[in-house]
Amino acid sequence: MAYPYNPPDYFGIDELLSDEHKIVRSSIRDYVTRSIVPIIDQAAQQHTFPSHIIKELGALGVFGPFIPETYGGAGLDHISYGLIMAELERGDSGIRSVASVQTSLVMYPIFAFGSEEQKQRFLPRLATGELIGCFGLTEPNHGSDPGSMETTLREEGDHYVLNGAKMWITNSTIADIAIVWAKDEKGVVRGLIAEKDTPGFSASETHSKWSLRASVTGELVFDQVKIPKEYVFPDIRGLKEPLMCLNSARYGIAWGAIGAAADCYNTALQYAQERLQFGRPLASFQLQQKKLAEMVTEITQAQLLVWRLGVLRNEGRATPAQISMAKRNNVQMALQVARESRQVLGAMGITGDFPVMRHMMNLESVITYEGTHDIHLLITGADITGINAFE
Amino acid sequence: MKILVCISNVPDTTTRIKLSGDQNAIDLSSVQWIINPWDELALTRALELKEASGGSISSVSIIHVGNAGSDATLRKALAIGADDAIRVDAAPTDAYAVAHEIAEAIKDKNYDMILCGIESSDYNGSAMGGMLAEFLNMESVSSVSKLEIEGDELKLNREIAGGFEVVSATAPVVVIVQKGIALEPRIPSMRGIMMARKKPLEVVAATGAEALTEFVHYTPPQPKAACKMIDADNPAELVNLLHNEAKII
Ligand SMILES: Cc1cc2nc3c(=O)[nH]c(=O)nc-3n(C[C@H](O)[C@H](O)[C@H](O)COP(=O)(O)OP(=O)(O)OC[C@H]3O[C@@H](n4cnc5c(N)ncnc54)[C@H](O)[C@@H]3O)c2cc1C
Ligand SMILES: Cc1cc2nc3c(=O)[nH]c(=O)nc-3n(C[C@H](O)[C@H](O)[C@H](O)COP(=O)(O)OP(=O)(O)OC[C@H]3O[C@@H](n4cnc5c(N)ncnc54)[C@H](O)[C@@H]3O)c2cc1C
Repeated sequence: MAYPYNPPDYFGIDELLSDEHKIVRSSIRDYVTRSIVPIIDQAAQQHTFPSHIIKELGALGVFGPFIPETYGGAGLDHISYGLIMAELERGDSGIRSVASVQTSLVMYPIFAFGSEEQKQRFLPRLATGELIGCFGLTEPNHGSDPGSMETTLREEGDHYVLNGAKMWITNSTIADIAIVWAKDEKGVVRGLIAEKDTPGFSASETHSKWSLRASVTGELVFDQVKIPKEYVFPDIRGLKEPLMCLNSARYGIAWGAIGAAADCYNTALQYAQERLQFGRPLASFQLQQKKLAEMVTEITQAQLLVWRLGVLRNEGRATPAQISMAKRNNVQMALQVARESRQVLGAMGITGDFPVMRHMMNLESVITYEGTHDIHLLITGADITGINAFE
Repeated sequence: MKILVCISNVPDTTTRIKLSGDQNAIDLSSVQWIINPWDELALTRALELKEASGGSISSVSIIHVGNAGSDATLRKALAIGADDAIRVDAAPTDAYAVAHEIAEAIKDKNYDMILCGIESSDYNGSAMGGMLAEFLNMESVSSVSKLEIEGDELKLNREIAGGFEVVSATAPVVVIVQKGIALEPRIPSMRGIMMARKKPLEVVAATGAEALTEFVHYTPPQPKAACKMIDADNPAELVNLLHNEAKII
């Protein structure tokens, strides 16, 4: 059972949004209420990705909302992108992940670093969901430290050859194309587009997750995969560009986490007002009020943080360190809100009748991917002290 | 064929309505506005018909009587897919004034079909569509829950007690729609929202039509009384309370 969704706006942040932002938000909210909320518990329980929603998400325009219209995007601003992520994550972090990867980790690099031909060839079809993409950076032996990656790209006459494996890849088996990061002969990181049907490219799915169960995660293996020269990004040399992709995705996650948190808080607040114990509503007990009051306080801070971050990003001024801080703070906040909400619901909190436990388990991935909680703290540490403590 | 959909801007259905101190006005300060749900369905159906028409329906326009505060609602209707919008710049005072303003604004525009909702979800007047048809000297069909176009003819289902009747009509006509006219309101896509920026929203001056009605006083519904729980094993107490306290038996 899901309560009507009334996310908190304790500080009137709505007044900082334009009419267009509010139309964006209400559209995604209506879609999630209509098409995600009714199916998501079953999908997560059965550990399956509801693949029929890909076309719906494409038609709605959540793939590449900030990509210009000439390439099939909507040409909206970054606050719109953030609002879309928050509304999708209210539905499920796994659904938001699909949109994050497609937008920030697949369409964004093609748009930012691709040749004109690559853009024309892929972006319009990625925007509609006709093509799905994935992003292969993490490897079995290299997670937080992608610079040590082992996957290689070698030039052989009129083409390149790709060898190696990528692990924990969102959309692995449903993707038609993969953005892959690999080292060339000189040990320099290069980026490329690999098509699923190319001989030697295989993908598998990890079936035993307790988190993001409604999203596909798995492995990509490249065994002597021939990559045409025009599929390699012309100017990428090093980790700067993949990190720019991660910045865009992390920015979206900082917003997205608020959706999961608000759904948990909204559920806990209404449940606490309805459920009687000792003849009184749970919400009348000080300990429960403390939980609820702290939740709304934390959510409000997170909302203000991303609103300001969105303004900076629209102006091209948001720094990677600011994005790290927001991702870290907001995901931790959401996880905390989910855990507290789960307790407010008592035994009901562990069931799929309410979204809380699902959000809580999902957020365990969100706090790990796109840079772990620790790594983002070390990024802040390095930024303020000038001393890098993680390498 | 050109279709016009009349759009009313109403408080979100979850809004808690507050009255002003003297109880003769509604405090609109914290109200979220939406497209009247019937009008949203009418617009959705108009767009479905246009898309299925193979070009014979050339445009779906919207019209609204209201002040600039309604523009966000009109932008949303454009994002859903309407081609252009007209806003008659006047506070809507009653159904008569609204119908008069709309009739004046569109009298030279030759719309073939005008869709209205059966009622606005705020004042629930159920009067505008019929009045508009009279001003325009057009036929009207009300309570329409199904609308198909077959050649030059419109096939309409009207909701009546215990069932529906099938009516045929020819343009020009005012169709006053009921729920069911479209399955679900269409959700604007992100590209639609972007395109809406560039669609024309024409603001026309009002003719100053006078309202025929005046609201003198509002009374909010009685708040729900507190619930008293009586033990199921104690029917005597229930009878006692109904008799002595509620005084209804
Ligand atoms: C559901 C899911 C989906 C994912 N999707 C993708 C995807 O689409 N594409 C992709 O490329 N990757 C993806 N990932 C991978 C994700 O980005 C990595 O899991 C993450 O970067 C952490 O790497 P790791 O798991 O190897 O952990 P490790 O790097 O081994 O870290 C383990 C622990 O050690 C800590 N740690 C590591 N280094 C340091 C240090 N220097 N100082 C202090 N502590 C440290 C970490 O914070 C962490 O707590 C996904 C992961 C998950 C769970
Ligand atoms: C005293 C008074 C004060 C009011 N103050 C305000 C106010 O401050 N702000 C405000 O927004 N409204 C206000 N209204 C409501 C507004 O006047 C209504 O839009 C109008 O009266 C028609 O309402 P109805 O319930 O009679 O419409 P109905 O006959 O129930 O509406 C049926 C259909 O007519 C069409 N329609 C209705 N209204 C409009 C419109 N304005 N433009 C285009 N099409 C329309 C729609 O298609 C609707 O589905 C006020 C009404 C009164 C009587």
